[in-house]
Amino acid sequence: MRISRRILAGLATASLAVTATSCGGGGTSGSFDDTVTVGILHSLSGTMAISESTLVDTEKMAIEEINAAGGVTVGGKSYKIEYIVEDGASDWPTFAEKSKKLIDQDGVPVVFGGWTSASRKAMLPVYESKDAFLYYPIQYEAQECSNNIFYTGATPNQQSEPATDFMYKRSPAAGGDFFLVGSDYVFPRTSNTITKAQVKQLGGKVVGEDYLPLGNTEVAPIISKIKKALPEGGIIINTLNGDQNVAFFKQIQDAGITPSSGYYVMNYSIAEEEISTIGPEFLEGHYGAWNYMMSIDTPASKKFAASFKKRWGADRVVADPQESAYNMVYLWKQAVEDAGTFDDNAVREALVGQKFDAPQGPVEVMPNHHLSQTVRIGEINSEGGFTILEETGVVLPQAWNQKHPSSKGFACDWTDPSKGEKYKL
Amino acid sequence: MELLLDSLFNGVAIGSVLLVAALGLAIVFGLMGVINLAHGELMMLGAYTTYVTQLIFKLPILKPFYNSYIIVSIFLAFIVSGVVGILLEKTIIRKLYGSPLETLLATWGVSLILQQFVRSVPLAYGTGLVISLLIGLFLPTTFSSKIKESINFKYFKFSSWVFAALTGVMTGSLISSSVSKLSRASARNVDVTAPSWMRGQVEIIGTAFPKTRLMIIVITLISVIAITLFLNQSAWGMRIRAVTQNRQMSDCLGISTEKVDIITFGIGSGLAGVAGVAVSLLGSVGPNVGGNYIVGCFMVVVLGGVGNLLGTVLASFGIGIMTDLIGAGRLLSIWPDMPLPLSNTINFFATTSMARVMIFALIVIFLQFKPTGLFPQKGRMVEN
Repeated sequence: MRISRRILAGLATASLAVTATSCGGGGTSGSFDDTVTVGILHSLSGTMAISESTLVDTEKMAIEEINAAGGVTVGGKSYKIEYIVEDGASDWPTFAEKSKKLIDQDGVPVVFGGWTSASRKAMLPVYESKDAFLYYPIQYEAQECSNNIFYTGATPNQQSEPATDFMYKRSPAAGGDFFLVGSDYVFPRTSNTITKAQVKQLGGKVVGEDYLPLGNTEVAPIISKIKKALPEGGIIINTLNGDQNVAFFKQIQDAGITPSSGYYVMNYSIAEEEISTIGPEFLEGHYGAWNYMMSIDTPASKKFAASFKKRWGADRVVADPQESAYNMVYLWKQAVEDAGTFDDNAVREALVGQKFDAPQGPVEVMPNHHLSQTVRIGEINSEGGFTILEETGVVLPQAWNQKHPSSKGFACDWTDPSKGEKYKL
Repeated sequence: MELLLDSLFNGVAIGSVLLVAALGLAIVFGLMGVINLAHGELMMLGAYTTYVTQLIFKLPILKPFYNSYIIVSIFLAFIVSGVVGILLEKTIIRKLYGSPLETLLATWGVSLILQQFVRSVPLAYGTGLVISLLIGLFLPTTFSSKIKESINFKYFKFSSWVFAALTGVMTGSLISSSVSKLSRASARNVDVTAPSWMRGQVEIIGTAFPKTRLMIIVITLISVIAITLFLNQSAWGMRIRAVTQNRQMSDCLGISTEKVDIITFGIGSGLAGVAGVAVSLLGSVGPNVGGNYIVGCFMVVVLGGVGNLLGTVLASFGIGIMTDLIGAGRLLSIWPDMPLPLSNTINFFATTSMARVMIFALIVIFLQFKPTGLFPQKGRMVEN
């Protein structure tokens, strides 16, 4: 039975590879005075593994780049960065447990990790109680501002608000009615609350809204509602998650809900990685909004994409979450060097105000532990990328959304002890 | 009229997905009493078969027939899932008849193994493995009875397995060298694109219907008709029904219950494969695709009455039509000026999540009054 031996050999290599990665290790050799070990905590197994493993790849690449350029210099000593990769296993309590392990047992000064809001919410109490620091790289619903988390992804006013504005004012469906579709969990519901408030301010109308339970791929009732609510076409805001998008786009195309018949979908969770999974033939002509798009035509962006492809394979793509993950490693390095120590409290102070020439353009850390970023609106093209249509200037992050009824008029500022997590403007 | 037609179509469309998925389970669970939690993963294998067939039909040699790949994949999916099902029956389930709890745990374990298998083994070699299983299991049965009865049969059997393994490795390498997408293992979800003649819509009496949905309805109809004819008209169908009704008596009368078990389980699993083709047309194909359907399948079978195909059919269309009525808020369009409290309630449940809650609640209430489902089994077999 040659075949089974082959499979066994394959399994053996695979398990070896897993052990090897979980033991961690740095990249290049060179002369360093010392080493510092950081934690990387994403799902390497389970549903989220497909998305989150790309972040691990990006973070490893950033660390290798920093090491190749001489490592981190603290107090005149050069440190080589090493990393421990832990698997959150797409299971939120596991994220909390592994965070504890990284902080207590491995004593890492910083953890780069998380993707879903659920995993972040599970980890938050751990970092707050141990006064440790988590760097979280994903665009999310905001309405949170922890002293122990640094958020490098977009807040709704850095993604969904400019996107809604674009759809209502300047898209081919401008002035049309809105229909909101999302997966049934916290991000789509919060994001849509904000969108509803904004559409009302703009003078538009939201004619319907529906949420698909996670794991459900039966879109037929939603399609009949869209057809009933938007008989002549209109704007659809899509916050569906992962592979539910595949079901959604396949089925709406079959039902005749396409750009050519006047229906334009704006997506907040579809980046280059997802376009290649869903298939550009289903997405062409619809829109996306991100801070980073692979098609950005600047040397920094091209260099980022090229080094990722060089490191991990020519068929790989880079997308917004990866760019955020890349930025946060560099921002941590800069903050540590400015602080002159790996100590959390000093690094936290040094972090605010850090500037970095990111692949998307310049970013800066704001007092609310979020990043100021550029927002881009793109149309999905047949090659599986975005054709960038609009680019805002640098947009400041709002940890507490100014359109959401529960947080209007509040802000967050960790540089001023009297203000803190949530204060009235 | 148009509204009614649209609603009916949607209900039937949702129902037929449920039905085609539950049909195999209705046979395995209904006729054999096996709680097969790996049913969803057998569907997943069917869906992956569609994907592999699609890629193979993109090769230059088969390119002219690309448009018909979906038809071919229905048969291939039936065979692939059927063969894996037969292997499952021969190795695990056979030893566990009559102990439902152990079957449940064992098949759940199998479902995890199958999920991990598609994640960690390149699909090309997976295909090769299925081909060697197919040859290994069926080649010995084609030998003449003279060989079968000879003392050296075990050597024949052994050499046929060697031949099977070699063929499997060869096809695996052949596929992996000619289709690069299949040569590497990946946990990433993959995508089946329907051929162009199956995309878009078709107009019937002034209403546009999506073609893929019609295709799924047709697949479901053919499967139901075929399985009904098989059970009621063929000799093996009669034997299956006999064994279902009274195993000991059938055994005494000379029916090989062992063979009947294999055939029943094989057909049930094969139907799961056909369902896999159908669901691959709706969403993406991934290791978890089966898990999304398994609860719905059991719900349909229990609601319909275990062991009754007609019940399964009615239950799935019932659930389908209810899902559409509640989920899309149809009652409001049928009766626009209903009293406010009532319309508010209907609006509250008119989202996909709440419709699901409502349907589960209705099923629970229904089962309180009719615990054995729509069409309970009658007769003496109920007592064992």
